[in-house]
Amino acid sequence: MCGIVGIYLKTKKFEKNLGKMLSGMLNNMESRGPDSAGFAIYKNSDKKEYKYSLCINNLNFVKFKKNITKEIKNLKLNQYSDHIIVKTPETPKKFIKFINKQFPEVSIVGYGHSIEIFKQVGNPKDVVKKFNLESFSGTHGIGHTRMATESAITTDGSHPYSTGEDECLVHNGSLSNHNNLRRELKKKGNTFTSENDTEVAAGYVSNSLSNNNSLKKTLVSGLKDLDGFYTFIAGTRKGFAVVRDEIACKPAVIAETKNYVAIASEFQAMAHLPDVNNAKIFEPEPGIVYSWGN
Amino acid sequence: MKLDLKKLKLRKVNEQLQNIDRKKNDRNFTIINPEGNHAVCAGLTEELNINIKGHVGYYCAGMNQKANITIEGNVGTGVAENMMSGKVHVKGNASQSAGATAHGGLLIIDGDASSRCGISMKGVNIVVKGSVGHMSGFMSQAGNLVVCGDAGEALGDSLYETNIYIKGKVKSLGADCVEKKMDKEHIKKLNLLLQEANIKNQKAESFKRYGSAKKLYNFKIDNISNY
Repeated sequence: MCGIVGIYLKTKKFEKNLGKMLSGMLNNMESRGPDSAGFAIYKNSDKKEYKYSLCINNLNFVKFKKNITKEIKNLKLNQYSDHIIVKTPETPKKFIKFINKQFPEVSIVGYGHSIEIFKQVGNPKDVVKKFNLESFSGTHGIGHTRMATESAITTDGSHPYSTGEDECLVHNGSLSNHNNLRRELKKKGNTFTSENDTEVAAGYVSNSLSNNNSLKKTLVSGLKDLDGFYTFIAGTRKGFAVVRDEIACKPAVIAETKNYVAIASEFQAMAHLPDVNNAKIFEPEPGIVYSWGN
Repeated sequence: MKLDLKKLKLRKVNEQLQNIDRKKNDRNFTIINPEGNHAVCAGLTEELNINIKGHVGYYCAGMNQKANITIEGNVGTGVAENMMSGKVHVKGNASQSAGATAHGGLLIIDGDASSRCGISMKGVNIVVKGSVGHMSGFMSQAGNLVVCGDAGEALGDSLYETNIYIKGKVKSLGADCVEKKMDKEHIKKLNLLLQEANIKNQKAESFKRYGSAKKLYNFKIDNISNY
């Protein structure tokens, strides 16, 4: 069991409240996933600048800041607990290589022009507080509360998984063919940082998107290639998409109003959202891809 | 009496409804702000009228006996699961496994019910005004499942003695489920159920009946190689 949540704003009305809306959703999904939590927030993208979400783990921030600014001049750092958002025009190819070499203890959680990702082990309510999610604004966001099943409770094992620029994936369920698929994707050049099944699904999505397939087409072909139980929310710079496997054992409910679309594992996660009682509420049908903004 | 789930703990509300003082005549309750809580009104055993204003979570009205429960909203997984008697009326949509393993009573769903509606039903009557998802009526043993809309894949897979009445299209039938003749007794029963669910614009004659071919009831020696 895990809890997944997502919110996509159709209008600008709630942009300032996005973090608040998402944190309420995550807090309510504690019962489905008390082991770790994480979220991805998409906000105003600057094409000239990249944002890198880093988890510095036990490294001292002051020391990290001193060392990194010595090597790279053109950057801004924002600290949120043990996560740092680095803004710089440096390209991913160069910057990721640099971080991996110079700071092996730092994990790169995600990167892109728009996405900011935060994830950590612990109770979702503590994680939400730690990163001060309530203060975030943005256009859309995705979150996850994890009840660990097939791999360890670590930051690397937490969702969302980001395996491409401005991409992320959260998952409720388990995949049975992830080892085979990981081998195949490695041959195609994908890299993985964990033994987790969801990271493989995220890699599968990234691989397909990099071959210029649409998100919808990618998830439709995923219905054939990903074997197991799942409800996925896949995020991109423009929006997100939702898909459930054809057996549909893993729950999902969608609420749509004129201002937003919210998705969660259970309705109680969105009971606090504005005007939700007048929303169009429905359960996504098995094997159908629902997509907004893409 | 009004019960506000924003102010009262769910357990308190359920305890109150489960332990009604029989000497008092206070039998009508309204529950407000259910906010997707699970197991609202589970395990009631008295003749009560309960109106829930809003959406609820899983297992609402589970194990119900005698109570008449209306939900003015959507319900999560397993509404009225294992109901014994009474009536549960969902005004919105229902998630999966609605009326699962229920022995008696009447479950009415005004909207759609998703997959596995009426799974293993043991005597309950379920009337869905919308459509039902895949594997509905799976291994159902007794009672009636009425669907005014369409049915998803594998309807009535491995069913026993349940009668399934479908007005719309059936995507596919499950193992051992076949279309059966509508006899007078079936039309009479279906008319009664439509009446109980206050459905006036449907005629029993326009439904098709599905039931068990009973080919899985006994072991067939021809299948020995499968074991």
